[in-house]
Amino acid sequence: MARETVEVPITGKIVSVNVKVGDEVKEGDVLCVLESMKMENPILAPVDGTIAEVGVTVDQVVKPGEVIAVIDY
Amino acid sequence: MFGLFETGFQVFYWGNLLMLIIGGALIYLGISKKMEPLLLLPIGFGILLINLPLGGLMDYELPITSTGEVPGKVISIEVDKDSRLGEDDVILRLDSGEVLSPVPGRIKEVLVSPGQEVESGQVMAVMLTSSQTPLPTRPIGLLSRIFEYGIMWQIIPPLIFLCLGALTDFGPMLADPKTLLLGAAAQFGVYFAFFAALATGLFNIAEAASIGIIGGAEGPTTIFVTSVLAPHIIGATAIACYSYMALVPIIQPPIIRLLTTKKERAIYMKPQLREVSNREKILFPVIASIIVILFVPMSAPLIGMFMVGNLFAVSGVTERLTKTASTALIDVLTIFLTLAIGATMTAENFLQPKTLMVLVLGIVAFATATAAGVLMAKLMNLFCKEKINPMIGAAGVSAVPMAARVVQVMGQKENPRNFLLMHAMGPNVAGAIGAAIAGGVFLGMIG
Repeated sequence: MARETVEVPITGKIVSVNVKVGDEVKEGDVLCVLESMKMENPILAPVDGTIAEVGVTVDQVVKPGEVIAVIDY
Repeated sequence: MFGLFETGFQVFYWGNLLMLIIGGALIYLGISKKMEPLLLLPIGFGILLINLPLGGLMDYELPITSTGEVPGKVISIEVDKDSRLGEDDVILRLDSGEVLSPVPGRIKEVLVSPGQEVESGQVMAVMLTSSQTPLPTRPIGLLSRIFEYGIMWQIIPPLIFLCLGALTDFGPMLADPKTLLLGAAAQFGVYFAFFAALATGLFNIAEAASIGIIGGAEGPTTIFVTSVLAPHIIGATAIACYSYMALVPIIQPPIIRLLTTKKERAIYMKPQLREVSNREKILFPVIASIIVILFVPMSAPLIGMFMVGNLFAVSGVTERLTKTASTALIDVLTIFLTLAIGATMTAENFLQPKTLMVLVLGIVAFATATAAGVLMAKLMNLFCKEKINPMIGAAGVSAVPMAARVVQVMGQKENPRNFLLMHAMGPNVAGAIGAAIAGGVFLGMIG
């Protein structure tokens, strides 16, 4: 089974986390919403799979490169 | 006189009613659809206020003087106090000919009587008008004073640019300076609409430039340029600019899709841009001001204010100024600007075939600016080793940050791995600079 790691693309604050470990996701599903530059940006699942790890929590201030989620597919 | 004779009903006509509907629609769009509410709501209310007759908010006094070189004699007076006049209606007759109303308005007072001799230059009557005219007028209403001394004296739009500078992060553009080219390419829309406006034959060169600058998608730039070149169409250009900025998510996607393949739209760009040092961020506004203003001196009020505002933000030592500029000051200026712009839209000024053409050409400007940005990005891909997603070229139209947001949303839809926001912010802020320069070029050539 392959793994895909979704990383934080831009400095900001997590306003919602929409998945938990074990959830099935489809490509394009919202993993979390990141507020940055006064905009709310959804972070999407790049593949169909199962959430193996969630690295962020609500209100967490995040920097580029930090892990948002790991998806097994 | 008091009582019923002084109400606005007697001069209220279908044009006022139509403008109330337009003002109401802008207020509705601002509140219900959240379309640029900070702008459309006060503009809408300004329109509403100014189309309730006799309120006097946007009144100017316009003296009607005798222009003959030799003394003349008044033959007859064709108006009374409060007479409502259209353009070219007869005010009075002299032995040398008729004296016509230069703009729509009403008579405040008549200072001569039949049989009286008048000297050259003598004031024969005083009109009240809400029209923008190059003739010498004196603002006497609340909003006409704000419009005259805030906008026509070119104070408010450059100060708003100062505030926008304090809110702008040039980091993404400095991290990838080639995005400047995309911001520059989008200015093609400005010049295309300028020539299109001239080609219609309806507009003179100054009006055409004011219409073209709508394509810069920068409200203060559009208002600044129009206030200098063609103040009588400032309501139409401002409303076109602000409305189309709000409609960017509707205008841009079909044009982007038309000019790109699905594969191009899915081109992946690494989200992380180069880290830009503080020194670079501080040097940029200083160096950019020097270079741009030396090349295009007439852009100095906009570029100079934009850059000093940005220097406040990046210097790290003027936090109080940055905070004021990016919050209280921009709010105060926005209130003055938008109410006064709304107040230029009297039925007489706005309900003309020209206004409709301004709105049509404005959307042409936005569309061609978007197309030029995308095509420039595709052209750059022929030479760049690392391909760029051509959609980020569309953000070169400015309309900060809506256009960048459109690119971000479309990019994610085509490829969920993509996060183009920072890449699109580069051309986006470059577009704001490009629009100010394009405005400066027009002012240098025509103003």
